[in-house]
Amino acid sequence: MAELHNDTIEARARQLVEEFALFDDWMEKYEYLIELGKSLPPLEPEYKTEAFRIHGCQSQVWIRPEFRDGRVYFKGDSDALITKGLVALLIRVLSGQPPEAILNARLDFLDEIGLKAHLSPTRKNGLAAMIEQMRRYAQAYLQASRN
Amino acid sequence: MPASVDSTGLQTTFDVARVRADFPALHQRIYDGRPLVYLDNAATTQKPQVVIDRIRDFYLRENANVHRGVHYLSQIASDAYDEARRLVAAFIGAPDPSQVIFTRGTTESINLVAATYGRRHVGEGDEIVLSAMEHHSNIVPWQLLCEEKGARLRVVPVDERGVLDLEALERALTERTRLVAIAHVSNALGTVNPVREIIRMAHARGIPVLVDGAQAIQHLEVNVAELDCDFYCFSGHKMYGPTGIGILYGKAELLEAMPPYQGGGDMIERVTFERTTYNRLPYKFEAGTPHIAGAIGLGAAVAYLNGLGRTAVAHYEDELLRYATERLQEVPGLRLIGTAPHKVSVLSFVIEGVHPYDAGTLLDQMGIAVRTGHHCTQPLMDRLGLPGTIRASLALYNTREEIDALVEALHRVVRMLR
Repeated sequence: MAELHNDTIEARARQLVEEFALFDDWMEKYEYLIELGKSLPPLEPEYKTEAFRIHGCQSQVWIRPEFRDGRVYFKGDSDALITKGLVALLIRVLSGQPPEAILNARLDFLDEIGLKAHLSPTRKNGLAAMIEQMRRYAQAYLQASRN
Repeated sequence: MPASVDSTGLQTTFDVARVRADFPALHQRIYDGRPLVYLDNAATTQKPQVVIDRIRDFYLRENANVHRGVHYLSQIASDAYDEARRLVAAFIGAPDPSQVIFTRGTTESINLVAATYGRRHVGEGDEIVLSAMEHHSNIVPWQLLCEEKGARLRVVPVDERGVLDLEALERALTERTRLVAIAHVSNALGTVNPVREIIRMAHARGIPVLVDGAQAIQHLEVNVAELDCDFYCFSGHKMYGPTGIGILYGKAELLEAMPPYQGGGDMIERVTFERTTYNRLPYKFEAGTPHIAGAIGLGAAVAYLNGLGRTAVAHYEDELLRYATERLQEVPGLRLIGTAPHKVSVLSFVIEGVHPYDAGTLLDQMGIAVRTGHHCTQPLMDRLGLPGTIRASLALYNTREEIDALVEALHRVVRMLR
């Protein structure tokens, strides 16, 4: 359990900020984001349905949650690679965390990476919609586990 | 290349470097110091200094309400507002300035006609004919009207190249047709529709025609009297003028017979609680304080375009479109959407294996502004079987160097995303 204590949302986010800081150029940062998207484990096609779709994005995005041993695990996909990269960022930081941690996470790392300044208004809305949906899933699991 | 001057005193050749100097917004660097390449002109164009100055001067020295005051400034403002209307009327060949109504833009112009002419003349079982390449602004107002009246839309198909099926249009015109509403130029594909022929076909059956000129007015010489269209609509901000101002041109007898659109000040002649009589044209359709600065700014944009010479602009833009069309084919996997023989300004395309949204984002990072998505033409995208396209749209200030920058950037986009 010791390593899990260090595996917090904050620690994972810090790690990501450091990785992105390695690139000076924004095109390189985008290249890295695209790589993260490409290496995201695929979501099984049977889950690419309306039920798991995130609305408010110009591209199609699906995020599927699973609740195991008190933690929320996410899988996701998108037909656009940059969007898929954003999904990968969120999954890397939030997946496998307890619902309370997901609900309380500040997610400042997106600002620290500088992503928000480099995302178009439509992408920012899409990103906000993804975070909101992931939090909604966490909230639902939290409530279910208390009942 | 020095500009030469023809016998009428107009520039006959086009010096793009000099023209670019007129547009302050073009000369900025964005993100990490990349020069801005603005290729989203079908969405809105940048504004020349003369338009910006004119609006500023209005607020600095001339601001007052129009057609109301007895004082000095009100007279100045009213004169400037009326002069802007005369400039626009002459620009489009309207027989009389009173046929030129200031609106908020193309969308409001179309809604105005739907709410007045449409409400009065369209009834149950009637039909409105439009094309499959219309912008949502030229679909939804008619749909709302049809829902209210129990009427229906008849949609004329387009082929794979984005060319309208004229024979189908002819067949769609029946004794139930109350109006044809058609884009002069497609915003998503750049197709120039043969509106003169369409108007002739419709008029032969006594059917009026509304032309959505939002994407035509800044590229083509438009003469509403020669076209013989019944209504012509366009926006100021797509023709180097301000946002929030647009035009509805209408034939005098139609405008006279139409009920008012909105009630309020300026549109009345005499108000009592029993009955109100309405002001003459164009004021009948301009309720409330209008967008005075916007109208005057639009007048300045018209004067600017006149000064450049419309033929010279059209010639330059046509050459640039040809160059861009040719160069884009070099990008691996790129397919142009919209290959009509008669086109202006618009280069819509998809790239195999590349999501338009990703391409748009990466182009943006390289300083290049394009639009991605369905371009407010979802029925057209459905027809073409595409979720959307990448659209570069050219204006008179774009250059071959900017096209080269786009092509080079697209090569990089393809390398990154595939």
